[in-house]
Amino acid sequence: MIGLMVKQAGPMVTVQDLGRRGLQHAGVSGSGPMDVPSFRIANALVANAKGEAALEFAGTGGTFQVSRPVRFAVTGGAVGIRIDDKAVRPWESHDLFPGSTLVIGGLRNAVWGYLAISGGIDTPPVLGSRATHLRSGLGGHQGRRLQAGDSLPLGDAVSSPHLCLRTPWRSAQRFIHIVPGPQDDYFDTQAWAIFLGQPFIVSAMRDRMAQMLDGPVLLSRRGHDIVSDGTAPGSIQVPGSGRPIVLMAERQTTGGYPKIATVASVDLPRLAQTPSGRDIRFRRVSRERAEDLLIAEKLALGDALANLAEKSAILDASGDHPQ
Amino acid sequence: MEAEAVTFPRIVACGDSALSVELSDRIDEVLNDRVIALAETLTTNPLRGVEEVVPTYRSLMVVYDPSIIRGAVLTRELGKRLRGLEPSDATARRFTIPVVYGGQVGLDLEELAAMKGLTPARLVELHSAAEYRVYMIGFAPGFAYLGGLPDILHTPRLEAPRQRVEAGAIGIGGKQASINSVAGPSGWRFIGRTPLRLFDPDRVEPFLLRAGDRVRFRPVGQDEAAELDGAVAAGRMIMEPA
Repeated sequence: MIGLMVKQAGPMVTVQDLGRRGLQHAGVSGSGPMDVPSFRIANALVANAKGEAALEFAGTGGTFQVSRPVRFAVTGGAVGIRIDDKAVRPWESHDLFPGSTLVIGGLRNAVWGYLAISGGIDTPPVLGSRATHLRSGLGGHQGRRLQAGDSLPLGDAVSSPHLCLRTPWRSAQRFIHIVPGPQDDYFDTQAWAIFLGQPFIVSAMRDRMAQMLDGPVLLSRRGHDIVSDGTAPGSIQVPGSGRPIVLMAERQTTGGYPKIATVASVDLPRLAQTPSGRDIRFRRVSRERAEDLLIAEKLALGDALANLAEKSAILDASGDHPQ
Repeated sequence: MEAEAVTFPRIVACGDSALSVELSDRIDEVLNDRVIALAETLTTNPLRGVEEVVPTYRSLMVVYDPSIIRGAVLTRELGKRLRGLEPSDATARRFTIPVVYGGQVGLDLEELAAMKGLTPARLVELHSAAEYRVYMIGFAPGFAYLGGLPDILHTPRLEAPRQRVEAGAIGIGGKQASINSVAGPSGWRFIGRTPLRLFDPDRVEPFLLRAGDRVRFRPVGQDEAAELDGAVAAGRMIMEPA
């Protein structure tokens, strides 16, 4: 039962769902999307349940065909999308029919994009999830990134009107909020002044596991080895080089470097989507404030998903016409 | 600036959706028992909003959903549980792991023995006489960090990691012993292999070991190893707690 045919694939295209839950104690990374809100919006635009699997791509999408009519949506950032010779927009749903070719180009202001297809990618779940974990070769399509010639099964689709997102989900921001700890006391006031006072550069050394940061060096006053403990999404670990590494979706479950702080959950997708070479600055918030931000964002995302607009209604209201 | 003294236990934030109950900053069997006991109370008597518990050498990471339970409330609840904790190692599971020492996978056996001034046979004897504690599972699916390696076998890791070491390889890294759960790069030294698979996602029980288990190694010959290999390939779980 073939559904989606990969004709060409960008350098890092993987099957992802919301990730593996409850197995961190067994050494299993959660994996899942680098930008969960964009992933969830993509699924919602094609009327998929939130846990359905979709494709995640870094930079460039690829070229795809289908063996049955589907609805699809691309999210994550500004990106050129063509169905045969017709350009279509991200952040809204479109039809794709057998015989047509979908080409997803390069993201212009973002790093991670999502292609959701009605019915979802129906690869077999592994340990309760379809998310690909590249380092252990688990889940997704044979535990690896997609390549030309791959075919992926699709699930049954639910019919729905064509949908689009009314207002852009995320605006650019200068600051990445962090909560100090768990090893904040390994770093003295001078290291903290550097951490919060100077810009860091988003390094091109980045993947689904980790984001390296260039810029000032942070030195621990108690050395850079700890007895290993658990890691969280957004843990900022500082190895002996003094160059901070932010742990991302595919991180190891435990680690032995001191962690000066943890990126607030709401800002981790923003960091993931910041193009390489850009400056970021860290701003300290309390855990309570970071929790408030996360709770507020959860509500805002719920609202955005519940209020996706029917495309025809928008076009009529604006006096615009489909091209 | 003076490094202020840290007192344990303490409960520290790991962002807005996880916290760490730190009992120490060192490796200690008694404290590891308490970490595991605290994890068990959260499994048997769950707190609403707690999504994961991750026992490590000396701390328990607790992952939570702040829209169900706030970190401050969770911290108080965990503090209460910590005070009422009664760890017991009577419940620890004990396993014996068959090992073929040496060979292609155990390629460091002879060199390691020579480094220590031991015969390979004596090294095997020492390694298989000890009882090991699974302090934690981490790094990779099902990878067990084992404490209890005899002092004489403590050995620094290799300068340059090997690109691929097989699943089932029996390793030594620093003061720790290990059993590789998945194939991958490693800078540890390897002295043998077990036919057992610590991790198999297709098995009913994907993970053989968990934190708090006790492990012994039993030397086996090629013939027995071949039989065990066959049983593992047939998908049969071939190890039960002793």
